[in-house]
Amino acid sequence: MAGRSKIVFDAVRYDYTPPGGAPVPALDGVSLAIAEDEFVAVVGPSGCGKSTLLHLVAGFLPLSDGRILLDGRPVGPPGPDRGVVFQHFALFPWKTVRQNILYGLERKRGLDADTRRALARRYIEMVRLEGFEDLYPAQLSGGMKQRVAIARTLATQPDVLLMDEPFGALDAQTRGLMQEELLAIWSRRRKTVLFVTHDVHEAVLLADRIAVMTARPGRIKALVEVGLPRPRDRAVIRSAAFAERCEDVWALVREEARAAEAGVGQMGATEAGGAR
Amino acid sequence: MRRLLHWLLRSLPVLLMVIAWEAAVRLGLVGAALLPAPTTIAAAWWRLAADGDLLPHAAASLWRATAGLAISVAAGVALGLAMALSRTAERLVQPLVTFLYPLPKSALIPIVLVWFGFGHGAQIAVIVLGCLLPVVLGAYNGARGVEPALVWSARSLGARRAEIVRDVVVRAALPDILAGIRVALALGFVLLVSAEMVGARRGLGFLIAFLGETGAYPAMFAVVVTVMALGFTADRVLLAATRRLLRWREA
Ligand SMILES: Nc1ncnc2c1ncn2[C@@H]1O[C@H](COP(=O)(O)OP(=O)(O)O)[C@@H](O)[C@H]1O
Ligand SMILES: [Mg+2]
Repeated sequence: MAGRSKIVFDAVRYDYTPPGGAPVPALDGVSLAIAEDEFVAVVGPSGCGKSTLLHLVAGFLPLSDGRILLDGRPVGPPGPDRGVVFQHFALFPWKTVRQNILYGLERKRGLDADTRRALARRYIEMVRLEGFEDLYPAQLSGGMKQRVAIARTLATQPDVLLMDEPFGALDAQTRGLMQEELLAIWSRRRKTVLFVTHDVHEAVLLADRIAVMTARPGRIKALVEVGLPRPRDRAVIRSAAFAERCEDVWALVREEARAAEAGVGQMGATEAGGAR
Repeated sequence: MRRLLHWLLRSLPVLLMVIAWEAAVRLGLVGAALLPAPTTIAAAWWRLAADGDLLPHAAASLWRATAGLAISVAAGVALGLAMALSRTAERLVQPLVTFLYPLPKSALIPIVLVWFGFGHGAQIAVIVLGCLLPVVLGAYNGARGVEPALVWSARSLGARRAEIVRDVVVRAALPDILAGIRVALALGFVLLVSAEMVGARRGLGFLIAFLGETGAYPAMFAVVVTVMALGFTADRVLLAATRRLLRWREA
């Protein structure tokens, strides 16, 4: 692994406690080291704890056990050093596109109003939302909201990017463009990225390494080194190495998806039995 | 022109009721002494207004309503937010709110008047008594219902605690706060008029009671209609303000 570790997960456990219920383990024994400026994708069956993993690094949730180190120190409360793109966007509905993007910039030291405006404009252009600056999120499509969320986070230029299925709501064409854009941004200005996706192709296209998670409670099942050349662009999709890597990851994901389904099936059987 | 037509169409039921009422009185189906005809009431209203009897009383009521509502909104929002944001405040205030909510506020009017004397203060206290809780509950429920991801996203964009309250919690709670204020407004008018009927020497409620006791029913109804018109207008103004403040909700 190149460079020192930026983020270290050490036997991380998180128990989710539903309101008024008993805690259920969402993550159990996650260990993983992410190097400085490394791009790591996380894939795994839905409900395996991918979002939870991101939220723990962001400092939103308390660990139930284990440690997460950021630059060698336990992660602190949320802050602008770790930019988050949420799975469900989490845009401020009472702010326009421009105001949403300006919010983080206004809280950054040393930016005057003109610089903030210029930065906001640049990121609005990057996500192709010119002409929509003064609309509210409720007036946008899902894909447009997602692009606002991405621009809002990228604009503050965080050290660490935590992205939770950031392209999930986009149509195929826009997704392709945004993937290219992210690759370009990342090679211009390297940063550490933890990128959750359910799209194996996307993971192989973007990441240095791919962490495949087990069904709930989530652990790291396998780490796949992508090993495709950098800088990368979409052309890599046509290479044999790309197809091979996708196949590897797919095989791992498929096993876990089956395990997850089997788990649900068993639960169903028990319940049916109980009813009789 | 279209808007005028639309408005006319919407007021049609009210218009029909007034016409039916007028006809019923004129045809002698109801005694004019007990239920004066709308035209009689209109004439009485005009006389009251022209003699300068209406305005000072209306002004007194409006001032009390405004002051009472302003106090209720300020204190109610502060209390509701405190309850949503602090466990201690919640434990202290929540039982009181639950306990006091079903209390029939109008039953307390006489004693509140004794406590606060018979000036503006007592009338305002009666309004606050009724208006505070709806606002508290609106702010509390609204602030509690804030989507955690919104607070998280503000925090990871660098917002401090006070900024989160101002930029996220209050904004997210605003629809519920405004709904609470709307309930408070309706309740406030009713309570104010009741309180003024019992213990005031000024105000529309006092005027209603005074005219009723002296048997001047057309004039009494004229004041009742004035109260209705004021309440209706206040509600419309609040609705318009709400629509403006919550513009972002329209898709
Ligand atoms: N807010 C929540 N509501 C319901 N379940 C939750 C919540 N947070 C965590 N969980 C539980 O934790 C597990 C992992 O959730 P999550 O991290 O969202 O999974 P993923 O992002 O991989 O789909 C879920 O299976 C669920 O049982
Ligand atoms: Mg998720």
